[in-house]
Amino acid sequence: MYKYIITRLLLAIPTLLGAAVLVFLLLRAVPGDICEIRLGGSGLYADPAEVKLCQDKIGLNDPLYVQFGDFITGYLTFDLGESMWTGRPIGYEIGLRFQLSLQVAIMATLVAVLIAIPLGTISAIKQNTWIDYCVRTFSIAGIAIPSFWLGIMIILGLLLTTQAWFGEPWMPPIEYVSPFEDPLGNFAQLIWPAVATGYRYSAVATRMTRSALLEVLREDYVRTARAKGLLEKIIINRHALKNAMLPVVTIITLEFAFLMGGLVVTEQVFNLNGLGRLFVESVLNHDFTLTQQLVMLVVLIFVLTNLFTDVLYAWLDPRIRYS
Amino acid sequence: MGAKTSAAINDPFLGGDISLASLLEIADLQVQFFTSEGIVRAVDGISYTVDAGETVAIVGESGSGKSVSALSILRLIPDPPGRIMGGKIIFDGQDLLGLDEEGIRKVRGRDIGMVFQEPMTSLNPVLSIGRQLTETLEQHLGTNREDSQTRAVELLGLVGISEPQRRLRQYPHHLSGGMRQRVMIAMSLACNPKLIIADEPTTALDVTIQAQILELMKDLTRRLGVALIIITHNLGVVARYADRVNVMYAGRIVESGVSADIYHRPRHPYTRGLLKSVPRLDQPRGERLIPIVGHPPDMTQLGAGCAFLPRCPYAVDRCQHERPDLELVDDGHSSACWQRDELDKGAAA
Repeated sequence: MYKYIITRLLLAIPTLLGAAVLVFLLLRAVPGDICEIRLGGSGLYADPAEVKLCQDKIGLNDPLYVQFGDFITGYLTFDLGESMWTGRPIGYEIGLRFQLSLQVAIMATLVAVLIAIPLGTISAIKQNTWIDYCVRTFSIAGIAIPSFWLGIMIILGLLLTTQAWFGEPWMPPIEYVSPFEDPLGNFAQLIWPAVATGYRYSAVATRMTRSALLEVLREDYVRTARAKGLLEKIIINRHALKNAMLPVVTIITLEFAFLMGGLVVTEQVFNLNGLGRLFVESVLNHDFTLTQQLVMLVVLIFVLTNLFTDVLYAWLDPRIRYS
Repeated sequence: MGAKTSAAINDPFLGGDISLASLLEIADLQVQFFTSEGIVRAVDGISYTVDAGETVAIVGESGSGKSVSALSILRLIPDPPGRIMGGKIIFDGQDLLGLDEEGIRKVRGRDIGMVFQEPMTSLNPVLSIGRQLTETLEQHLGTNREDSQTRAVELLGLVGISEPQRRLRQYPHHLSGGMRQRVMIAMSLACNPKLIIADEPTTALDVTIQAQILELMKDLTRRLGVALIIITHNLGVVARYADRVNVMYAGRIVESGVSADIYHRPRHPYTRGLLKSVPRLDQPRGERLIPIVGHPPDMTQLGAGCAFLPRCPYAVDRCQHERPDLELVDDGHSSACWQRDELDKGAAA
């Protein structure tokens, strides 16, 4: 197993390298660059000499292989370079937001799991009853409701209900609260975006749990478990759910990887300074170095999440053994 | 309970001995499946008994209702589409059809064990052998972990699995089909049941393994005094391992009797056909096998006459309009055929 994990990690290196080449070339193929935006972004006249000076300074006029070389050799010295826009080290820029994004992604995943697995299970057990219909409507609504709207509704709802109950409106803090300084305040701030995204993301997982469980419940071994006189609770939890979890795990972990860099709108609504926003800003600014590193980070997250999924598979299903 | 079950006196195939109440009595059991093509009377009023320690075989081809009738005993028919529409199943004095869910659950696995057809799919692939063996003990007897482990090792030894300690930690995919079926048998024996229902326990296995598994079941049931209902389409199994046989066709029992009688003096054309269509060691070599012509009937379209009529070489006019009931032809031997007496003459000749 350890051998397998190490092999997979080594195999990640060519994947990352491929991603590096691809993102590097694609960014260079985009018309315009950061100097033009900085000096003439809002339609002002930009002096070509000044633009040239700026490009020389940042290194945009170096031959591509030199630029690429800088990008790659940086990893050997753990130097991610500086943001072209702010001039600050990229490690610092990402570090600032990584913790927040990771926390929201984990919380949203937990919310999704806590919604999806119980609801999907109940819905499968009570197939074609009103409970099943309610759960299915609830999960379809999760896909249909845009998360920014849900986010706004949550904030509005919080304001109105606290106003009505306590006489004073309350909403989650606008400034970021670190979990290490004020865990409760941090939770009060981040649970809402986690719920807004977690609900949406639970929808697919709920339906997946339901259909996987329905399939498993028709298996011979479930009939065997019934014939052994086990309690229904044990049949579902021990015999059926463990078998039904494989496709659900895939969906949930993939979604987690996506959440790490893709929460652009939710971050906007809840005024969170996360990776999603940084990503969009860096692309709009043509901040090549920062965009490159962010893409590499997301690729790395996907690689690691996939590995984690495979390890989880082996744990859930003893027939899967990697060697 | 003796007085209560005296209804069994009327059963034609119970024979003379009615002083002993049977372990299991099935009376006029009816199971129907509600499908899009119509109502299927999968089991259409069957009655039989199983005495303590006895081995009874239910024989028939696919779709004859033999598995459904067996699953109905533990009420394991998936509902929908299936439903037990009527009849009585008295096991050890209690009416299994009258029990609530919790009541029948306590009978399953404790008083009545079950062995299924497909050892490949009937064991849970993600749970260890040990877990699957011990959970029955923990559920029914409240045995603690340690004791149930000991018992599990004992059970695996009983069914002839080597290195039981090590096997407990293994998973079904580590075992061969025959081994898995042994595990299934061990599971069914876990709580010392009074009855085991084996639904085609050897159909999915290699021929050599089939014999081993059947020998094992015969040996264990005799040794432990467990009654056994064995569902099969293989008459060879019947001759060798069963005390009594019920032959099923189109949801009904068409012939019932002691194995030797069924085998040597069949009194129903269907049983005769079955016997002629399989190779037998007690017949001269070179004897031709004669298949039963035609197909089993469409179970949604059964008429008033005998269901076997279209395939029957002995049919008379009466068979078209009246369905024959199971009637005694001999001591403990009954047949549902208008020609039951003619057939006897034919066999003697």
